[in-house]
Amino acid sequence: MTPEIRAIFQVAGIGFLVAILHTILKQSGKEDFAYWTSLIAFVAVFVIVIGYVDHLYKEIERVFLQL
Amino acid sequence: MHILQLVGIGLTATVLVAVLRAQAPQFAMVVGILAGAVLLIQVVQSMEDVVRTLNNLAVSAKVNHAFLDTVLRIIGIAYIVEFAAQVARDAGESALAGKIELAGKVGIVILALPIVTDVIDAMVHLLP
Repeated sequence: MTPEIRAIFQVAGIGFLVAILHTILKQSGKEDFAYWTSLIAFVAVFVIVIGYVDHLYKEIERVFLQL
Repeated sequence: MHILQLVGIGLTATVLVAVLRAQAPQFAMVVGILAGAVLLIQVVQSMEDVVRTLNNLAVSAKVNHAFLDTVLRIIGIAYIVEFAAQVARDAGESALAGKIELAGKVGIVILALPIVTDVIDAMVHLLP
């Protein structure tokens, strides 16, 4: 289980948890909380993904653009 | 690069995205981007040997180094642009994908301009 595969499962797991949390919070009438939870979780996940996209850009730059 | 591992990553991510899409579409998109980035990182890393071999061939054939450099840059632009455009198209933003591709095409034309000028120069010199 390389770190990359772990990251994919992590992001998918966070997505599931947040979806469940969103549903629970919404059904208990706390729509505001539900919205902010989803937003913050999305930003947190996006930071992970941005790190990988940055890595991808650096790799492409290293292999193709700087020889 | 392990081809089985890469295909496994792709299939796993596809299943996760398909399940997530109904529950949380934004996370499905993010998982898709992440899986695509991971796959492309592996592919580009294994591409390094090919590029090095091409470079050695060009050096031993005494080709002008600027030409191969330009071709490699164009390949790099194509990879990045294709990745971004597919992500945009996956998220349902075809118009944005088209603009990203247009940016890539313009970048490629700008990069290829010196080669075109060289070819035209050579032709002009051949003409009497």
